[in-house]
Amino acid sequence: MAETTLTHIGQTEPRPAGWQGIAADWSSDQRAFKNVSWGKAMMWIFLLSDTFIFGCFLLSYMTARMSTRVPWPNPSEVFALHIGGSNVPLILIAIMTFVLISSSGTMAMAVNFGYRRDRRKTAILMLLTALLGATFVGMQAFEWTKLITEGVRPWGNPWGAAQFGSTFFMITGFHGTHVTIGVIFLIIVARKVWRGDYDTGRPGFFTSRKGHYESVEIMGLYWHFVDLVWVFIFAFFYLW
Amino acid sequence: MVDITPADAVPPAEVGEMELYHPHSWWTKYVFSQDAKVIAIQYSATATAIGMVALVLSWLMRLQLGFPGTFDFITPEAYYQFITMHGMIMVIYLLTALFLGGFGNYLIPLMVGARDMVFPYVNMLSYWIYLLAVLVLVSSFFAPGGPTGAGWTLYPPQAIMTGTPGGQDWGIILMLVSLILFIIGFTMGGLNYVVTVLQARTRGMTLMRLPLTVWGIFTATVMALLAFPALFVACVMMLFDRALGTSFFMPAIVEMGEQLQHSGGSPILFQHLFWFFGHPEVYIVALPAFGIVSDLISTHARKNIFGYRMMVWAIVGIGALSFVVWAHHMYVSGMHPYFGFFFATTTLIIAVPTAIKVYNWVLTLWRGDIHLTIPMLFALAFIVTFVNGGLTGLFLGNVVVDVPLSDTMFVVAHFHMVMGVAPILVIFGAIYHWYPKVTGRMLNETLGQFHFWVTFLGAYLIFFPMHYLGLVGLPRRYAELTDMTIMTDSAHHLNSFISIMAFMVGFAQLVFLFNLIWSIRHGREAGGNPWRATTLEWQTSETPPVHGNFGKELPIVYRWAYDYSVPGAKEDFIPQNVPGSFGTSKESA
Repeated sequence: MAETTLTHIGQTEPRPAGWQGIAADWSSDQRAFKNVSWGKAMMWIFLLSDTFIFGCFLLSYMTARMSTRVPWPNPSEVFALHIGGSNVPLILIAIMTFVLISSSGTMAMAVNFGYRRDRRKTAILMLLTALLGATFVGMQAFEWTKLITEGVRPWGNPWGAAQFGSTFFMITGFHGTHVTIGVIFLIIVARKVWRGDYDTGRPGFFTSRKGHYESVEIMGLYWHFVDLVWVFIFAFFYLW
Repeated sequence: MVDITPADAVPPAEVGEMELYHPHSWWTKYVFSQDAKVIAIQYSATATAIGMVALVLSWLMRLQLGFPGTFDFITPEAYYQFITMHGMIMVIYLLTALFLGGFGNYLIPLMVGARDMVFPYVNMLSYWIYLLAVLVLVSSFFAPGGPTGAGWTLYPPQAIMTGTPGGQDWGIILMLVSLILFIIGFTMGGLNYVVTVLQARTRGMTLMRLPLTVWGIFTATVMALLAFPALFVACVMMLFDRALGTSFFMPAIVEMGEQLQHSGGSPILFQHLFWFFGHPEVYIVALPAFGIVSDLISTHARKNIFGYRMMVWAIVGIGALSFVVWAHHMYVSGMHPYFGFFFATTTLIIAVPTAIKVYNWVLTLWRGDIHLTIPMLFALAFIVTFVNGGLTGLFLGNVVVDVPLSDTMFVVAHFHMVMGVAPILVIFGAIYHWYPKVTGRMLNETLGQFHFWVTFLGAYLIFFPMHYLGLVGLPRRYAELTDMTIMTDSAHHLNSFISIMAFMVGFAQLVFLFNLIWSIRHGREAGGNPWRATTLEWQTSETPPVHGNFGKELPIVYRWAYDYSVPGAKEDFIPQNVPGSFGTSKESA
């Protein structure tokens, strides 16, 4: 940029207006995103990269489903539960989705209480989030078990295209792994909050860096991302 | 209402001394080090070591091609394995790792004026996972059935079938696992490089004052973070096809008269995923080279870079465009002709920013005070080689010309010129340029001259005739060509000639390795700034720079990186941390 903004350097230059001003601010010294910490920037960029992974998975699934020459299993029958003498379509997945979306709510509340320095409520809400996440993974395990006992395998199933099982296990498995990793880190961060590490400035075991309450928010970014991805998986697998 | 403003959300602009991890033992200082400079050397050493394996593999291939039938131990299967491992190692484990993990780690923190990468621990993990990936790759040489022989593109269905070496053995599995590990490790490092450039620059270091080296590495890393996911997904899916019997990429297929279990998969889907990674990958190794060569030329021609802003936009533009050209690798895959039209157009558009860069390099040299140092020689060689490889790229980018040339030696010659030889020349130039900063001593000049001339002329003598071989129709990836009618006497002699040249160029690399080791102790003392360069890494108080890079105070940047031969200035260069508006070009203000 021809004109750039400098911070703390003792000389003030006239600030350009309009688009040039935006470009000048963005390319100014020290930081491109002024109020964003290193950790938060890193998480956002990681999530962008991860978006491409899920994007590639889902696009591959769509390609397989659209180009198959044998019938694709009907989701409302395959994913139905037999309750009270009748098949209720999508009931399990509705509960799973509700649980996971709720966990985003408790996560957001944990972030709020974290910035209020309310250690107890933050930790409890994070553990609640982790519990909801673990419940989700548990119900997913149940769903997998049900499908496997009905004969669905990665290499084939009784109802149609073999790619149904392979894409389903691969993508929900990859997402479930994300949730599981999230649960583990939720517990770790909750423990740090509970112990007061972010108040006392206790250095991390591996990194020897001091932590901040912002870690709760960064954790939250990841968690909301995993939720958002689920919405897409839900739409493409169960509603299509 | 409690104030919920995130008060401690923004860390101090500079990591305080307290926050730097201070190593206590030899192990944490030199082995499990969190210092980006040590990690850089570890990355570079590992990449060079595995690169030597790939060099030997290329010799073995040339033995077979140049003197067919002479060497019994090179079976067709072994030849395919050599090809595959040579390509994969050179592109991923050598070039990508050396440019981003090696040069990126060493230069980014120093050049932007940071103490270290933003998350040194994650950075350290990045190297160890990379090392693990390399070890898994190497282990495939000793696995039953040997490494995979599927070609570096690993196209299914052949990659996981019986006829392909390693297809039904361990080879392909270890290859895919190694790639997945590499991507995980790279992501850890790549996030660090990007965030360090964006968020950890020193005072006064605006984005438009960054040396072009940093711009090149930064853009390449962003691209890698967006392109490697496609390869990751492709690897996971092929691993499932091979290990679990899924049919992502496997159509219904008959092998040796037997119907395989697979059905309904799409091999073309793999090609799309692979090249969505594969084409950006070309620029992931080219953009750091573009950036580094700009700095080499400017420094050794004692002249400011011509058109700095255009150079930056060209780098960013090439990076963006490279994501919409991937299917030009698939003109003969049977895709819709309109796709070919679209991808040919986008491919040829890339020539515009690339040409801007070449013109700007040449105009930087124009009436400069050119010092023909070894780094400068390599930089000049790069420009020539890159123009050469780029021009044949125009042939291959056009569908009608590509179709007859596809899968011939012409393609091999093209991509070796443009993304093999050209970036490696920059790597050599960069090593001669920054070695004094890393070790405190200069590399031997005489050995350097020998290395340069043999490498540069030799590479031309290898790859220039190869274009001719491709034009007469010699196919690539064939272990045995002697019985083909197109294999004329002249083509055969040329093949032998190319092989002999390949051995000579390879020998020159051994001389270079010797130089690297010998000069650590016996090289001429370099001092802090032997090239009289302006960028921050040359202004450190100690050479080699200590952990934390700079002394008590981080440098403050007052000018762009290219204040060379400023009229009226005392010296012919003004470092970036020298105050005063004097001499600062308007463009950088």
